Amino acid sequence: MKKLLLATIAASVFAVAANAQDRPIAYVNARIIPIVGPVIENGTIVVQNGKILAIGDSKKIPVTMITDMIDAKGKTIMPGLVDSHSHIGEGSGADGSAPVQPDVRLLDGINVRSSSLQRAQSGGLTTVNVMPGSGHLDSGQTLYIKLRDNAVKVDDILIFDADGKMMGGIKFANGTNPIRPGGGNFPGTRAKSAALVREQFIKAQEYRDKVRKAAGDATKMPPRDLAMEALVEALDGKRMVHFHTHRHDDIMTALRLSKEFGFRIVLQHVSEAWKVADEIAKAKAPASIIFIDSPGGKLETMDLMAENGAALEKAGALTGFHTDDGITDSRWFLRSAGMAVRAGMSREKALYALTMANAIMLDLDKRIGSLEVGKDADFIVLSGDPVSVYTHVLETWVEGKKVFDRSHPKDRLLQVGGYGASNDRSVHLDCFDGDIGGDN
Amino acid sequence: MQNIEIRIMNIKRLFTISAFAFSLLVTCHFSLVTAYAQIAIQGETVWTMSGEPITNGIVLVNNGKIEAVGTAAAVKIPAGYQIISAKVVTPGLIDAHTVIGLNGAANQPHDQMALDGSGPVQPELRATDAYNADERLIQWVREFGVTTIHTGHQPSALISGQTMVAKTWGKTVDDAAIVPTAMIMVTIGTNANAGAGRSPGNRSKQVAMLRAELIKAQENAKKPDAPKDLKSVAMAAVIKRETPLLINANKAQDIITALRIAKEFNIRIVLDGAADAPLVMNDIKAAGVAVIIHPTMARAGGDMENLSFETAGKLKAAGIPVALQSGYEGYVPKTRVVLFEAGMAAQNGLSRADALALITIDAAKILGLDGRIGSLAVGKDADIALYDGDPLEWTTHCVGTIINGVLVNKVTR
Repeated sequence: MKKLLLATIAASVFAVAANAQDRPIAYVNARIIPIVGPVIENGTIVVQNGKILAIGDSKKIPVTMITDMIDAKGKTIMPGLVDSHSHIGEGSGADGSAPVQPDVRLLDGINVRSSSLQRAQSGGLTTVNVMPGSGHLDSGQTLYIKLRDNAVKVDDILIFDADGKMMGGIKFANGTNPIRPGGGNFPGTRAKSAALVREQFIKAQEYRDKVRKAAGDATKMPPRDLAMEALVEALDGKRMVHFHTHRHDDIMTALRLSKEFGFRIVLQHVSEAWKVADEIAKAKAPASIIFIDSPGGKLETMDLMAENGAALEKAGALTGFHTDDGITDSRWFLRSAGMAVRAGMSREKALYALTMANAIMLDLDKRIGSLEVGKDADFIVLSGDPVSVYTHVLETWVEGKKVFDRSHPKDRLLQVGGYGASNDRSVHLDCFDGDIGGDN
Repeated sequence: MQNIEIRIMNIKRLFTISAFAFSLLVTCHFSLVTAYAQIAIQGETVWTMSGEPITNGIVLVNNGKIEAVGTAAAVKIPAGYQIISAKVVTPGLIDAHTVIGLNGAANQPHDQMALDGSGPVQPELRATDAYNADERLIQWVREFGVTTIHTGHQPSALISGQTMVAKTWGKTVDDAAIVPTAMIMVTIGTNANAGAGRSPGNRSKQVAMLRAELIKAQENAKKPDAPKDLKSVAMAAVIKRETPLLINANKAQDIITALRIAKEFNIRIVLDGAADAPLVMNDIKAAGVAVIIHPTMARAGGDMENLSFETAGKLKAAGIPVALQSGYEGYVPKTRVVLFEAGMAAQNGLSRADALALITIDAAKILGLDGRIGSLAVGKDADIALYDGDPLEWTTHCVGTIINGVLVNKVTR
């Protein structure tokens, strides 16, 4: 009986959720950082049906007809943050059987109720590339997700492209993480790592040739091969290769492989980017970098520098930030920009690196990453300057729906931590707004 | 930043330096030292941490000690003093608990010396015997203004060894150490389990083993000829209240256990980590125990799953002595920087002054060194950090670090 009641409550909650906001909502008098275009000191943004309806100077946007009008004086609004590399949702990827497993999908292992997804919302994240790990040369297919609220199944957070295909990339890695000397079929050296990857892409080229030759004739098609299908998508530029790499020579190896096989690449981590920033820029390879509080943790990251962002900016490479959550917590993703500015990156490029740059890397720049009319209504409301330590994320909106509100005790708990903040989200928690306990 | 004097290397120039030159700079940093016997530090804002911050303040340094502190109007700069200017001046920062020097950046077996796996009870292990004064992470935190660290054996065994207090400067441990044995590191909780069928395998066993050691020390104390073995000597100092136990306990029940043991044996303890402290704040307060709270940005997992960014603020408001630590990490970041952890604490409920206190005077008090470090006061060690803005702000740079009256760091970080 109790179960039935909860199910009913849940159903009603989700009915509301599915009915995305159809009345326009306007935020007025905000400092708006649209990322594309100049900062609007006193701006208005109007959203409806999950999209941005209007944006501009408050004096020029008529909002008299709008009943849901919020005065955001003193607050800053910018696009929802896009994380180009994360591990929220406790997802899995390849197992220990082989170093290259393109058939494995993160999709099939993610826990959408994980508190890590909600914590990411509280950090202002709205779109995330969730990846399998770096202990393999290829640990499988990554998943691009929207941090929509009250997701009960993975379908609720997927992003589909124009062809109706769910979006994601594929994860590759080089350097020491996938190297397992004496680890059976795993590589023992860097050269072996590259050889194993090349072998697989050559096989994929051959598979693609067979498919092309068959020209739609089912009798001539090769047996269906999930791994080859994924690699062919990479070869065809339809699946971005997210390439974990740290050392300067490993970065160059990743670029070399990308060039040889023509797959599109996003360099991930790129700890020694500052040593080969010009080469990265010349290859037109986007770089997704991370701020870590100190260098090291392993030998190939001993020369990690906070100046990476500045060096890549100077070289002219497209640069984004990522959390690699749980390496860094999504709740302080904004800090990446602050620390990059500290180390010489421009504010403009640092904020771009949290949003638009990552949107480009995920092939989502037509839909997200900036505040422009027609784009998804993914935005965050901040208490102040995005690169300031004192700034809080006050609200996070995904497709016109508020998914995080700091003034709500339950949401605030997720943002600042405390008893219960690490629990999976459940219907029970939705109904529980009481005191969290403790002496105070 | 007006002062060109100390800004010898700016970020732009950093990029022009080849990798080789850069590594040379890192390895040869001792040669950068310029010793000024007498320095006058001018600060637009001087956070003395004893009283209100001074606007347009002067700190005079003579022979490694602070000679005078006051407004520019009140403190005249004597002739011959080297003048260093900075927008903001603070006491050198204190990291109330770390493992750097014992654990290094590379995270390879050769540079991870904060835990010996041979046994769960090793109070005799001295931090001084494992401290690498030239470890890169020490330089790293120094360049953000950290001048003193309380470092030692890591919280991963029941009794993992001793801690020490060191300045982040000096070629040898003898140069650096100011308290060779500060505390003895104890862990209660999941991390103290030895694993693989060995003891301790759970919390009850941990506490039984710890109590057995303390009882043995009590018994030894009654003997006319106290045993001279290293373990007994180390534990005798605990029973005699000379050496406090630094007890890492994150779950509420583990914190309570730590308080119970302190009471049973009448020993001095300091709580470490204490993620669940808000749940048992009244008990901590009643016991009069200080807390070296986990890094604000520590990972919220395992025994620390309930950590909150607001805990330091709550403890401070409750009147519990509290300081911040950079903590221990098995992977990355190999060290955190207490300056950033204090920034995050300031974002979450603490005033700027209170957040700075967590990494200066409050830390000095918990370490029993507030007579010597932690504030800018006459007679104290001339350990000073210089910034080009609000020290806690992400975008501010540390532009100089002074230890014992010597400008030991001139890079902009």
